Amino acid sequence: MSLVNYATREITCKIVYYGPGRSGKTTNLHYIYSQVPADRKGNMVSLATQTDRTLFFDFLPLDLGSISGFTTKFQLYTVPGQVYYQTTRKLVLQGADGVVFVADSQVRQLDENIESLQDLHANLAEQDIDARTVPLVLQYNKQDLPAGLIHTQVELDDALNFRGVPSFGADALHGPGVFETLRGISELVLRKLSPSGGE
Amino acid sequence: MQLDNRYRFETLVVGSANRLAVAAARAVAEAPGTVYNPLFVYGASGLGKTHLLGGIGQLARALHPNLTVEYVTLVDLVEQHHAAVAQGATDSWTARWTDVGVMLIDDLQFLTGRRETQTELLKLFASMQQRTRQLVMTSDRPPSEIADVDERLIARLGGGLVVDIGSPDYETRAAILRTVAAERDFEVPDELLNELARIEFRNVRELQGALNRLVAHRSLGTGELRLDDVLRALGLEVPAPAARRSVDDFESFLADVTSAVQQHVETWKSRLSEAIAYWAGEGYRTALLDRAFALPSQPDVDELLDAFAKSVERLRKLEARAASVDPSLGGQEAFRDPDQVERAAELVSRAEAGELPPPGPSPAFVRALFEVSTSNLLAAKAADAVAEHPGKRYNPLLLHGPSGVGKTHLAHAIGNEIAARSGGALSVACVPAQRFVDELIAAIGSGTVERWRARYRAADVLILDDVQFLSGKERTQEELFHVFNTLHASGRQLVLTSDQPPRRIPDIEERLRSRFDGGLVVPIEPPDRLLRERIAARTLAQHGHDADAEVVRVLADQPVHNVRELVGVVHRVLAAADAAGVTPTPAFTRRELGPVVRPTPSRVTMRAADSAFLDREKVVWDWPDTHARLIEELR
Repeated sequence: MSLVNYATREITCKIVYYGPGRSGKTTNLHYIYSQVPADRKGNMVSLATQTDRTLFFDFLPLDLGSISGFTTKFQLYTVPGQVYYQTTRKLVLQGADGVVFVADSQVRQLDENIESLQDLHANLAEQDIDARTVPLVLQYNKQDLPAGLIHTQVELDDALNFRGVPSFGADALHGPGVFETLRGISELVLRKLSPSGGE
Repeated sequence: MQLDNRYRFETLVVGSANRLAVAAARAVAEAPGTVYNPLFVYGASGLGKTHLLGGIGQLARALHPNLTVEYVTLVDLVEQHHAAVAQGATDSWTARWTDVGVMLIDDLQFLTGRRETQTELLKLFASMQQRTRQLVMTSDRPPSEIADVDERLIARLGGGLVVDIGSPDYETRAAILRTVAAERDFEVPDELLNELARIEFRNVRELQGALNRLVAHRSLGTGELRLDDVLRALGLEVPAPAARRSVDDFESFLADVTSAVQQHVETWKSRLSEAIAYWAGEGYRTALLDRAFALPSQPDVDELLDAFAKSVERLRKLEARAASVDPSLGGQEAFRDPDQVERAAELVSRAEAGELPPPGPSPAFVRALFEVSTSNLLAAKAADAVAEHPGKRYNPLLLHGPSGVGKTHLAHAIGNEIAARSGGALSVACVPAQRFVDELIAAIGSGTVERWRARYRAADVLILDDVQFLSGKERTQEELFHVFNTLHASGRQLVLTSDQPPRRIPDIEERLRSRFDGGLVVPIEPPDRLLRERIAARTLAQHGHDADAEVVRVLADQPVHNVRELVGVVHRVLAAADAAGVTPTPAFTRRELGPVVRPTPSRVTMRAADSAFLDREKVVWDWPDTHARLIEELR
């Protein structure tokens, strides 16, 4: 998907929230949805199971209005984290302009995080996308949990952030870190607008 | 209307929500008519749109003292227009506004439903833009969302730059409060203003109102005033700390995105896309500019846009020249593609040399779609014979009948058939008589009668629709007489239509009337029952509905006088069915159309029905004094 359409003067950013099951991807979108003025947001579409797990994906369109003459829209997607929804993950990932990897900070979830991050790279590789060229930020969610239960941001950086991309601690349920993450990924994505593609 | 002197750019607080609008407004004021024309600013009430218009007006006046700058609200403009219409002075109304250098129109959303004004504005805007007069408009919604507005007008409104003004962010609100407080000499501590700015007022007016109430409250109160007291005094809820923080979240995200876009977007592509949107809005093809996006390296945009504008200018001049030869050439596609200027130039030289054939038949009217039954059988057969042997069988062929029975359709169909059978070798001129008259008048005015005459004399087939409009047009009749003779003498076909037979057309010269009568004069009657059924079935099928026999019968039962009315009835039923989300059934159709009311047969039809009724003595209700006569007979 092209980020900018000069003919129709539209900028459309597709950002996918990726990560293991229950790490808080949908919660991120819910928080953003709750904070966006009504006239800027479309309906949030969630296809969830009865137990509130994301079955297919969530989709939140944001209309940021006219910026420099361009109608600017963000489309935020989540993928289902559970391992068995591989096909849906691949589909949602198609044409993504940027990826937010939402990791669960809990100590016991570290393996799931690593597995999901590897899955992300594998899925990108399958679509012939060099993972190093895709704008990516990491979010370490649930940093509000008691210190004994979670890894610190430094520890998580060591374990997951081998590319040295921007990373953010967050408490998606209450908001801290959610918009910081969104701003972080937006900045990386929008760099692609410049002639050099932000290289 | 007077511009409010308080509304200047210097007093306008600029924030992320209005930065683009203000930048565009300044650019427009500095170089009216050249950058964004029209500039369309939209945003909710109280966000500073009128202030922005004022700013443009004041700056444009200061920089261009010779330029007329006018500010008007749409409602005033409409009222002035109505007054001009009432006084029969619409021309002077148009002239007054066309000469304005910068026209600032406020509250354009009130255009909704004012069709007449829309038409006038469309003409006015087109004429102003042609003269590079600047238009700036504001509305509370974007052009596409103003309800019930002519699409051509919407396209024109959106053809320049459309930019929105959003609600001010926290920093802007704080700056506005400080500016207003300073302007009015209110002494309010900064921290109190900052706290007040945290409240998400929907617009600047509410914000200023809150400040006024705060100051009033303060002047009456005693002691230190805290924000919570102020909020209560203003009737507002005290916001929770978390809510305040989150608002900043989204706004700072938006500010980040805005600055990233501004920083990274390639300005040349941005300029090019704006130019494309502008020229596309003006109705020109922009493929020439579109191709520039695909170039491997950045082109010289100035040169490209300059060349494009010059091509457009050349096309406009060519179009004007073409229209002076033949008004029908104005607005043709050939004058809309700056890629094809040479083709347009060739068209103009051919038109000026009288080489272009007159307009041909409409491809929409084909013979296959002309349903035939008893009421039009003779006409259809004659038409087929003419199409098969043009100029040899019935020349001229004159079709006559009441309005809406298909005369025009059949006449055009003959033209299309002849053109198709000859493989395009025969040139078919097909023109409504009224236009024939208009063309002659224009040709007389421009001294090009010879050229006009030559075009028609060069035609292989001449189809003249609605010749009754030639009634009383002596000069046109004379011209037609000569054209008729030229064509007829060389065995070229003439087809004429009229709403009545030649002998009944008033004010037609005898020499022309006798020529009309000299070929075959054939009537087309109002559609009979079978024809009505066929037409109803075909119209239903054209709209993707299976022609249910009973529905067709109900439709054919309707008391219509011509084909057009019948098609209208079918469309009405289909629209009602669409609205109700159902397929039209016989019951639905009957319900929608109501009971069939047959008009009482008029005296004339009764007479036509039975010659016995021609005798007044035999028609009981025509007897004078029936009562007395009955008694007399009985005696």
